[in-house]
Amino acid sequence: MFDTLQDRLSAAFRNLRGKTRLSEAEIEATLREIRLALLEADVNLTVVKEFTAAVRTRAAGAEIHQALNAGQQIIKIVNEELIGILGGQARPLRFAKRPPTVIMLAGLQGSGKTTLAGKLGKWLKGQGYSPLLVAADLQRPNAVTQLQVVGERAGVHVFAPEAGNGVGDPVQVARSSILHAMSKLYDVVVVDTAGRLGVDAELMQQAADIRDAVNPTEILFVVDAMIGQDAVNTANAFAAGVGFDGVVLSKLDGDARGGAALSIARVTGKPIMFASNGEGLDDFDAFHPDRMASRILGMGDLLTLIEQAEKTFDAEESAKAAQKLIAGKGEFGLDDFLQQMQAVRRMGPLSKILGMMPGMGQMKDQIAGIDEREIDRIEAIIYSMTPAERSNPKVLDGSRRSRIAKGSGTQVSDVNALVNRFFEARKMMQSLAGGAMAGMPGARRQPPRQPAKKRKGHGVSGNPAKRGLPATPAATTAVPGAAFGVPQPSEAELAKAMGEFQLPADLQKLFNQPNKGPQ
Amino acid sequence: MSLPYHDPVEIFWFILGGVVLAILVATVVIVQSNRQAALEARAGAPALLPAEPEPPASSVPPAVPEPGALDVPEAPASRMARLRRRLSGSSNPLARGLLSLLSAETLDAEAWDDLEATLITSDLGVGPTTELITALRRELSIDGHADPARARTVLRRELLNLVDPTMDRRLVTEGSGGLPGVVMVVGVNGTGKTTTIGKLARVLVAEHKSVVLGAADTFRAAAADQLETWGSRVGVPTVRGPEGGDPASVAFDAVGRGIDDAVDVVVVDTAGRLHTKSGLMDELGKIKRVIERKAPVTEVLLVIDATTGQNGLTQARVFADVVNITGIVLSKLDGSAKGGIVVQVQRELGVPVKLIGLGEGVDDLAPFDASDFVDALLSEG
Repeated sequence: MFDTLQDRLSAAFRNLRGKTRLSEAEIEATLREIRLALLEADVNLTVVKEFTAAVRTRAAGAEIHQALNAGQQIIKIVNEELIGILGGQARPLRFAKRPPTVIMLAGLQGSGKTTLAGKLGKWLKGQGYSPLLVAADLQRPNAVTQLQVVGERAGVHVFAPEAGNGVGDPVQVARSSILHAMSKLYDVVVVDTAGRLGVDAELMQQAADIRDAVNPTEILFVVDAMIGQDAVNTANAFAAGVGFDGVVLSKLDGDARGGAALSIARVTGKPIMFASNGEGLDDFDAFHPDRMASRILGMGDLLTLIEQAEKTFDAEESAKAAQKLIAGKGEFGLDDFLQQMQAVRRMGPLSKILGMMPGMGQMKDQIAGIDEREIDRIEAIIYSMTPAERSNPKVLDGSRRSRIAKGSGTQVSDVNALVNRFFEARKMMQSLAGGAMAGMPGARRQPPRQPAKKRKGHGVSGNPAKRGLPATPAATTAVPGAAFGVPQPSEAELAKAMGEFQLPADLQKLFNQPNKGPQ
Repeated sequence: MSLPYHDPVEIFWFILGGVVLAILVATVVIVQSNRQAALEARAGAPALLPAEPEPPASSVPPAVPEPGALDVPEAPASRMARLRRRLSGSSNPLARGLLSLLSAETLDAEAWDDLEATLITSDLGVGPTTELITALRRELSIDGHADPARARTVLRRELLNLVDPTMDRRLVTEGSGGLPGVVMVVGVNGTGKTTTIGKLARVLVAEHKSVVLGAADTFRAAAADQLETWGSRVGVPTVRGPEGGDPASVAFDAVGRGIDDAVDVVVVDTAGRLHTKSGLMDELGKIKRVIERKAPVTEVLLVIDATTGQNGLTQARVFADVVNITGIVLSKLDGSAKGGIVVQVQRELGVPVKLIGLGEGVDDLAPFDASDFVDALLSEG
């Protein structure tokens, strides 16, 4: 697993505590790390050079802020610069004064144009427009059929006079689509074109011909978030060949860092307008420069984590489990544990989820070594218990344990180890409930028997990113009932807090347990 | 695979970490949803429900393959000559960059930086690039002076070392015990899996093998049609199922059909999936397991797009974990991208690049040849 920039920098700055200004050499060392991090994130080399030069200028003059250490300070600068480039000229989609508005999609093969056409169609329809999708990709076998199916799913009409598969003239199709749209009163026309390479002069000419035929209001360049160093060549080729007004970043639901976004935004100066992050027709969103910046830097992505959690978690169940855990008295049983564990697993591989947590950098080797099958075994052990045993593991005596071991195909020692660790952990978590959990105020301040009030109490500073900042004002706003009177932390603040986030000491200790070896 | 944990229960602590995390996150979620609910209640607006996933549309009439004369695929030999020319075309910026660099009188610090930049720009990755440059510098410093011709020879050797010409790059399409060879093609979305299969089918037909295609991409709209169109051009039958159906069952049927018809090779297309979607990756594992009830899978090809950056390595790692890939197809190599990422993938996973896709033409698929590849990179074009 890749070192995050934050880890690299914190290593570089270990001896820098208390300094108020960075020396030249220290800045150079830092910039080298930044350069590597950006290159690993697929940011184009020329862009990296420009970028580090800009950071160098700013870092040299910067006073070290009291609250931030030197590394954090640099990260802050880098982050701001990134957001500056990525979100400089964000703007909404333009619509023609006289309909139809024509949106033309262009890009490499397989960048996701046809899928995007469907998403755009659905989105426009939701906005109250009546869009028409035009199948001008007559190259790839059955691209026309694909667009028809996508259109049908999106509930949007598709103009496809030619069957495609290499037959027909896309320029002609595009031209007649405008007439069709005018006569049938469609107000937005989305033209899906064939994928083409930047180096293919003939096809670029064809794209330019389509452009001239339809006179588009917006030309969107669709680019895969996974693209590497070639992003700039391709973007330049398209900018020269057809020109484009905005960029759509597709496949952002993968784990590519998406440095290409930075390269393209920088080199072409065109804004990134949309992000496409899934295969469903609704997985289509405006572009968030701040999240992208964190992602490129490889900082933990708590926002994404929370979003993902929102999709998969049964919030009520988790809350109940949290209550039980905090309440102590052994109410938190193995069944609750199992349930939460499964909820976590639904979000994806455990190693990935833990990796998304900021501050987990020092644990990355252990995290990388996690074998998901071991979790299956733990599941099997718990499944081999009766419900009574699960909710109260204290009843497990020798004979029960040997039955469970047989039932789950493990050794009695495995069962013992699991149960012992569970007790140990439960004890620790309960003591943490007054410590780490205090970061979620209310958990401590509120008697656990008042769930409704407790939730309110979480209010503002339920924000986990603030947990590691014990002396922030957020903690003081956590007076029960005050939640609604206090302004919510904005996403930008959240992202910033994320950068400064450290695991609470207790929790760090908890994670460090595996290093101590078997007991 | 070496596991750092001898005690399986060690992992318990990680799960615990996850659970702690889960609970924390859940709390945030509750707070947010309560807040939202409160706001909405105040505004009197209806609650926003998460959108239900779209039900897959009912089946679409398949495109009718045009009857008529079948294409005759190009013979492998002439294909190679043509593609080699294209790979070493003058439009190769890496080749030009290296050339101008190495033809300089002396190699100064700036020249080294440029060389490093050129290599990084081909997506070779920071690690291998640094390694290559270090090796090159060490080698040349022995002489004391930088002779470009010698630098070139050394660079070629080092690059070749990286690409490793000794790997077995033959495609295993022979089944054993009278069963057909089964080739499964996997990859993330939009890398060109279906197109590669289309081309591969033509190659196999050109080698006088009988082929059946399995359209186990039941997810993407019209993917099966696309495959069928490719197949029908060379008279290869395609086994398909209902759109949105179980891909494993389609793959099973395809292999079953292949066995019944006693064909030589069954090629199974799968839906593109991002390696981060654990559900979809599980599905992929299932497809392979289900196929293996009928016949062993002889080849699992991972298609990587030449434009892919450093994420390609992560992709390959995950796919290798799930379906044990045996070969890599580097597609879209005819663009300006150099596909340097495969060098890293090959090195880390020990899985050789077996085929390269060089264009949109129906016969633009060629076996990968390490020394040709390196020569093309270094050619004077």
